[in-house]
Amino acid sequence: MFDFAVIGAGVVGGMVARELTKYTDSVCIIEKKGDVAMGATRANSAIVHAGFDAAEGSMKAKMNVRGSEMMEEICSLLGVKYKKNGSLVVGFNDEDEHTLVELCERGKNNGVKGVRVIHRDEILTLEPNIGDGVCVALYAPTGAIVCPYELCMASVGNAMDNGASLKLNFEVKNIEIIDGGYRIITDGDAVEARYVINCAGLYSDDIAKMVGDGSFKISPRRGEYMLLDREVGGHISHTVFRCPSKMGKGVLVSPTVDGNLLVGPTAENIEDKEDTTTTAAGLAKVRALSSEQVRGIDFSKVITSFTGLRAAGDTGDFIITMPRDRFINLAGIESPGLSSAPAIAEHVISLLIDAGYEAKARDDFNGTRRPMHFFSSLSVEEKNELIKQRPEYAHVICRCETVTEGEILDAIRTNPRPTDVDGVKRRTRASMGRCQGGFCTPYIIDLLASEMGVDYTEVTKFGGDSYINFGKTK
Amino acid sequence: MKKDLVIIGGGPAGMAAAVAAYEAGIKDILILERDNALGGILRQCIHNGFGLHRFGEELTGPEYAYRYEKMVNELGIPYMLDTMVIEVSADKVVTAMNRENGIFSIQAGAVILAMGCRERPKGALNIAGARPAGIFTAGTAQKFVNMKGYMPGREVVILGSGDIGLIMARRMTLEGAKVKAVCELMPYSGGLARNIEQCLNDFNIPLHLSHTVVNIHGRERLEGVTIARVDENRRPIKESEEYIPCDTLLLSCGLIPENELTKGAGIALDRVTGGASVNGERETEIEGIFACGNVLHVHDLVDYVSEESAIAGKAAARYILGNSNKEISITLCTDGRVRYTVPQRLTEVADTSVYFRVADVYRDAKIVVRDGDRVIISKKKQRLAPAEMEKVELTKDVIASLSGGELSFSIEI
Repeated sequence: MFDFAVIGAGVVGGMVARELTKYTDSVCIIEKKGDVAMGATRANSAIVHAGFDAAEGSMKAKMNVRGSEMMEEICSLLGVKYKKNGSLVVGFNDEDEHTLVELCERGKNNGVKGVRVIHRDEILTLEPNIGDGVCVALYAPTGAIVCPYELCMASVGNAMDNGASLKLNFEVKNIEIIDGGYRIITDGDAVEARYVINCAGLYSDDIAKMVGDGSFKISPRRGEYMLLDREVGGHISHTVFRCPSKMGKGVLVSPTVDGNLLVGPTAENIEDKEDTTTTAAGLAKVRALSSEQVRGIDFSKVITSFTGLRAAGDTGDFIITMPRDRFINLAGIESPGLSSAPAIAEHVISLLIDAGYEAKARDDFNGTRRPMHFFSSLSVEEKNELIKQRPEYAHVICRCETVTEGEILDAIRTNPRPTDVDGVKRRTRASMGRCQGGFCTPYIIDLLASEMGVDYTEVTKFGGDSYINFGKTK
Repeated sequence: MKKDLVIIGGGPAGMAAAVAAYEAGIKDILILERDNALGGILRQCIHNGFGLHRFGEELTGPEYAYRYEKMVNELGIPYMLDTMVIEVSADKVVTAMNRENGIFSIQAGAVILAMGCRERPKGALNIAGARPAGIFTAGTAQKFVNMKGYMPGREVVILGSGDIGLIMARRMTLEGAKVKAVCELMPYSGGLARNIEQCLNDFNIPLHLSHTVVNIHGRERLEGVTIARVDENRRPIKESEEYIPCDTLLLSCGLIPENELTKGAGIALDRVTGGASVNGERETEIEGIFACGNVLHVHDLVDYVSEESAIAGKAAARYILGNSNKEISITLCTDGRVRYTVPQRLTEVADTSVYFRVADVYRDAKIVVRDGDRVIISKKKQRLAPAEMEKVELTKDVIASLSGGELSFSIEI
């Protein structure tokens, strides 16, 4: 029996699992999909919010401010790209200014450092490409950007390096309450654990129901995004939000840590928890709104569009509860969930201690991890030293993002190991560039097939039936 | 390392440039090729139709490439394979990497850019819907089928009627797949007339002009696409939507010159061609850096790539030998119906072929070249189409006789 089962390998599950391995190596991470970071974690705004948005005293506010403070150090330990680029919430009229002043006050009360309201002249010095109609903005210098799926992969990987197990393709069908813990069941397999942490995102309500807790409901909220080529990544440097109004929170325009430009999302409440389709109307809306905030966005440089589903709870706040002994819900972790994840993980430990868990720190915990993109950060001399030992570091597979065979092999051999083309893509950026895998996909399949010892046709795009090739030619 | 001439890319353009430079007296040449063999994209173009102009006979892609590979080998022109160029500087330092040498730099006397082009991917098209497996550019599918020997689909819809898409419609059919439709957004095909005939009509594959894909269905593998007719503003007409079940969508929606290295060197690109702006010798705005083939502008036939690359190779040799000659400065202008010209400017009095493409299909039209008000050339054409490259010859005498600094190219109906 494991000490802990963490259900869901998103960024919250990953951070919680890593935090738990500071105390025990008896942690099992359970994931329905064939890879980690497959839900909201892989498709969101990638923002570390400063913390002025959430209502004072809410869990969202507490976790956000604390998480945002912790994020830089955690990213540096885990080798995850992070950049404190600052954020601007822009307004277009007096009403917006009123709202921004309120937000600023709320930010100060929430403990956000350095927030202030600025006007057009100063905005222009920060962002020359700001929209023509923008007259006022809330400036938050502590706003930051991070790569969410990289953070998740790194934290799951680090937890595994410290002894945690990862079970992929394990869809929880039922949970039985057994003597001293829980038995988590899927078709043909089961995991027993003394404690269960429910981080199942969109499905966390279904998981809670399995132990008799029907107190909340999670609904998917669809958000459509467009990602633009790195060529236009420098169009702005801050994250530019829109002042929340009766029309909603609006879209954001932001650079990413990889140097692309991200615009979106829409916000649409839907029923289907798997519906990640994009719509012509949604993308048109993103275009129109973002162009008001930032002028001159070159939409001919869009390299991909995608939809993320936020796991919206029905309480208005994060749902962090303990409905039964040794069972914790971390549900409804919508925005600012990514920003809050490190704080939520920390909070879980204090909840456990309060409930009687004896948290004894391990002396063999190693909280650091080699950066996934370490090779690209080396000097030419260092690269050449490495190439002498491992020439595959000089063989470029992905031409658009200059990703080498060595880096791809490293990714395939490092926890949590990818088993499909998209898994390699998220870990290495191979096929994430302007040609979107046109050149390198056939080579990546070669590497995956040979490393995993499977046939070329067995390799999928993202698990399940997402096959790429059907069989041999005539 | 120092080299007189470094050529980036060992496809048809790079090889033809190398051969021409060698024949013009430069022996210290190095071709850098990122793939594991010379030949470039021709290696996967196993169909025939290449070489009618250049060699007077019909060859397959690999056969055409082999003709040049043989010349390169016979002349003993050195090349490095599996070698990726990562940077070209304005002062002609080329930085590359490969297994044997790691990351290394070469100071070149002259550089020829011959990196070819890439296909426009799905993301750039921004089609709404799901993101399942089974959506490929036509060239990627071509690589799976012809190079790897695997079938990426059974029931296929093709979006875009570019030549690779048409070729793949036939190829997939011959391999036992069912190609259900080719949809083309424009009211005319993006591919050569001969390919429409030989790759679609001969196999009863329907070509839907003024149609596009408006939705993609399927969670894991593609299950179908919704197509629709578009109006004259290329907006889909809701009432015309039709669902086609299929497991594969191939995209053949245009080619983009691969100019990241060019931009890195600080060379501005022509907004229409997506390639550098060059003079008649195919020299870019930086002296001693030349460009040719599909990296400069997308060609319809490889024969013209070879022709253009020979010009660049010869000119690079002259530059290295100190025989370059910039005696005039004439800008070639276009009227919109002529979308662009290559070269974009003339700096030398010499016989020059000017290549261009038109913006729409024109019937019974004239290609007119003017020096101010003076008509220099007027050439009748029954049909002009965007898919086909056009060519006008300017003789040395005509260029010597020009009075102004501009030469204008137009289509008159």
